[in-house]
Amino acid sequence: MPAINKIVLDPLSDNNPITVQMLGICSALAVTAQLPTAFTMSLAVTAVLCASNTIISLLRNHIPDKIRMIVEMVVIASLVIVVDQILKAYAFEISKQLSVFVGLIITNCIVMGRAEAFAMSHPPKEAFLDGLGNGLGYSAILIIVGFIRELLGFGTLAGLKILPESYPGNGLMVIAPGAFVVIGLLIWLQRTVTKKYEEV
Amino acid sequence: MGNLIDIFVRAIFVNNMVLAYFLGMCSFLALSKKVDTAFGLGMAVVFVLGITTPLNNIIFNALLKNGTLVEGVNLEFLTFLCFIAVIASTVQLVEMVLDRFFPPLYNSLGIFLPLITVNCSILGGSLFMVERNYNFTESIAFGFGSGMGFFLAIIALAGIRTKLRYSNIPPGLRGLGITFILTGLMALGFQSFSSVSLLAP
Repeated sequence: MPAINKIVLDPLSDNNPITVQMLGICSALAVTAQLPTAFTMSLAVTAVLCASNTIISLLRNHIPDKIRMIVEMVVIASLVIVVDQILKAYAFEISKQLSVFVGLIITNCIVMGRAEAFAMSHPPKEAFLDGLGNGLGYSAILIIVGFIRELLGFGTLAGLKILPESYPGNGLMVIAPGAFVVIGLLIWLQRTVTKKYEEV
Repeated sequence: MGNLIDIFVRAIFVNNMVLAYFLGMCSFLALSKKVDTAFGLGMAVVFVLGITTPLNNIIFNALLKNGTLVEGVNLEFLTFLCFIAVIASTVQLVEMVLDRFFPPLYNSLGIFLPLITVNCSILGGSLFMVERNYNFTESIAFGFGSGMGFFLAIIALAGIRTKLRYSNIPPGLRGLGITFILTGLMALGFQSFSSVSLLAP
C-alpha cells in the first residue's frame, strides 16, 4: 500500500512534472491566464495521461522496441482526438479559447515522457496510478498559476469579481511574461521549502 | 509579396513561437545551457518547421478539409493524427537525406533531429496554419519565420545563461527558476514588437 501512495503522491511535489521534471511546460503557461481554461486543460491532460498510461502498459509486451515511439504516438493522438471532440461537443466556448493547445496535448512531454519512462515497464494498475499522480501534479501547478494570474490580472476568479471595482487589473499578468515570472517564483518557493537545490 | 514578408517578420518577432505562444518550451529550457547545442537545435527546428508546415498545408487542403475528398464527408477530426504522422515521417526522411548528402550538417544536428518530433512548436506551427487559414505560399513564409523566431530566442537565452555562470543567484532560484524569470523578461522585450506590421494601413 505505501508503494501505491508513493506513486500517486510523489509527483504532487517532490517529483512534480512541471517544476522538477521540466515536462509539459508549454501548455502550463499558455492556458493559465484564467481559471476555467486552466481547469479544463488539467482535466483533459489528466484524462489523457491516465488512459494512455493504462493502454500502453497493457500493450507493453506486444510493442516491438523499434517502433514503440510511433505506437505511443498513435495511442496518444487517438485519445486526444476523443478529448477534443468531447470538448467541442460539450464545452464549445472553452474549446475555442484553448484553440490549438488541446491538440498540443499530443506533443505534451508529460504524456510521452510518462509512457516511455513508466508505462512501458510497469503493470497497468501502477501505470494508471502514475498517470493519475502526474496528472494531479500538473493540475496543481496549472490551477495555482491560473489563480494568481486571474486574480492579479483581472481582479476576478472564474469570472466572479473578487477584488474591489477600483482595482485596475495588472496587464503584465495577462500576457506571456507574467506566466513565466509566476512559474519562476513558484519554483523558487518550492525549492526553498523542499531544500532541493539544483547545481549550476 | 508584401503580405508574405509581413507574415514572415511577424512570425519571428510578434508571434514568436517560444516567447508569445510558449511552444517548444521543454527543449528550449533543457537545451539552452550552451550556445553550440542551442545552435544545433535551432537549425533543426528551422529546417523541420519550414518543411512540415507547407506539407501539412497541402494535406489539409487536399484531403482533410470539409468535403474536399468525398462530398459531404468531414475528415477534419483526423487532423491531429495526420499531422503528427507527417511530422514523424518527415523528420525521419530529413534525417536520412542529410545523412546521405550533407554529412557535416547531419553530424552537427546530431541527436536533435529525432527529438524534434515531440517538439510542440512543430505541431503547433501546423495547427496555427490551419486556424489562420494560410494558403500554400503563406504557410512556407509562416513555417520558416516561426523556425527563425525559435532559433533567435534559443540562441539569445543560451548567450545569457552562459554569462549567468559568473553571477551569484539565491540557491532556490538556481537552474530552472532563474531561467523562467529570464525568459519572462525576454518575452517582455519581445512584446515591444507587438504593433509591428509591414502592410500599409
